[in-house]
Amino acid sequence: MTGGFTELWVYLAADPLSHLTLTLVAYLGALRLYERAGRAPWLNPVLIAVAVISLALVALETPYQTYFDGAQFVHFLLGPATVALAVPLYRQVARLRRAAGAIAVSLVAGSATAVVTALGVVHLFGAGEAVLASIAPKSVTAPVAMGIAEQLGGLPSLTAVLVILTGILGAIVGPPLLDAVRVRSAAARGLALGTASHGIGTARAFQDGEIAGAFAGIAMGLNALATAALLPMLWLWWRG
Amino acid sequence: MLTAITGLLVFQLAGEVVVTTAGLPVPGPVCGMALLFTALVVRGGVPAHLGALADGLLANLSLLFVPAGVGLLLHLPVIARDGAGVSVGLVVSTAAAIVVTGVAMDRLNRPRRGVR
Repeated sequence: MTGGFTELWVYLAADPLSHLTLTLVAYLGALRLYERAGRAPWLNPVLIAVAVISLALVALETPYQTYFDGAQFVHFLLGPATVALAVPLYRQVARLRRAAGAIAVSLVAGSATAVVTALGVVHLFGAGEAVLASIAPKSVTAPVAMGIAEQLGGLPSLTAVLVILTGILGAIVGPPLLDAVRVRSAAARGLALGTASHGIGTARAFQDGEIAGAFAGIAMGLNALATAALLPMLWLWWRG
Repeated sequence: MLTAITGLLVFQLAGEVVVTTAGLPVPGPVCGMALLFTALVVRGGVPAHLGALADGLLANLSLLFVPAGVGLLLHLPVIARDGAGVSVGLVVSTAAAIVVTGVAMDRLNRPRRGVR
């Protein structure tokens, strides 16, 4: 009997199905908790799901690669979902076009703030140049941020971690902060979340509707371009 | 449904091809988004099945970040050495960027009188 169970466990632990199912069940549970708690910001579903799955993997001594063999099917959908952002952008194109000037100014201001404050604070704590270069592009979507960090002499793997932490952090603190400074328009809230917290901020913005989501999506894309263009120049000035 | 999924994959693939051949500094899916956007403008509308699929994917966008988020587990030791500075830096910088962007956009994008 015990032998049969062990056999079953060995099979399930290696099967992609169990880790794919774990990912979906953990997320749905986290989402239900979040909704039931009246969308309390600190119960962010990404954070809770990641924490629950991480604890499970540590407890069961499952290597990340084994987990990812199952979870990759979810991860893969990030690509098609990014392409799908074209649909809300198209539907909101009139609104986006009317706001083009305001978007450009706000985005450059927010993008520069993200880079300069990160460099300033981490420098004050006496971190080395590699850490500075790794944190500078942290508000940009992961593949672009890793490319920029590498170009500046940072560590792409460290950047990947900082990018995800920034995303989760922005999704948690963003909405209450925007309430505190009385920013109520969906356009401004979406733009802020997408600029500071890329895809995870955009995912949070979509929970508030298509207008916020579309502005977050455009902010994520434009901030990737703005940071890729401006950060290397800022970096030369910073070091010079 | 199948047509819509295939459509998204075709545009993603086209994006990857353009980015690789032209050496652009953006990810393939972002380029694919630009291509699909252009196609929608040319076509003058969103096909119903594509609209439904896009809405479904984007409503659950948070889920798609969970596997990468679990990868944090592996790399957390990397930030341990500079943990204090990096943590304060992340919080201050993320909060500042959100407030600056949100307030700027809110002030600059007020609806003009008589419009709307």
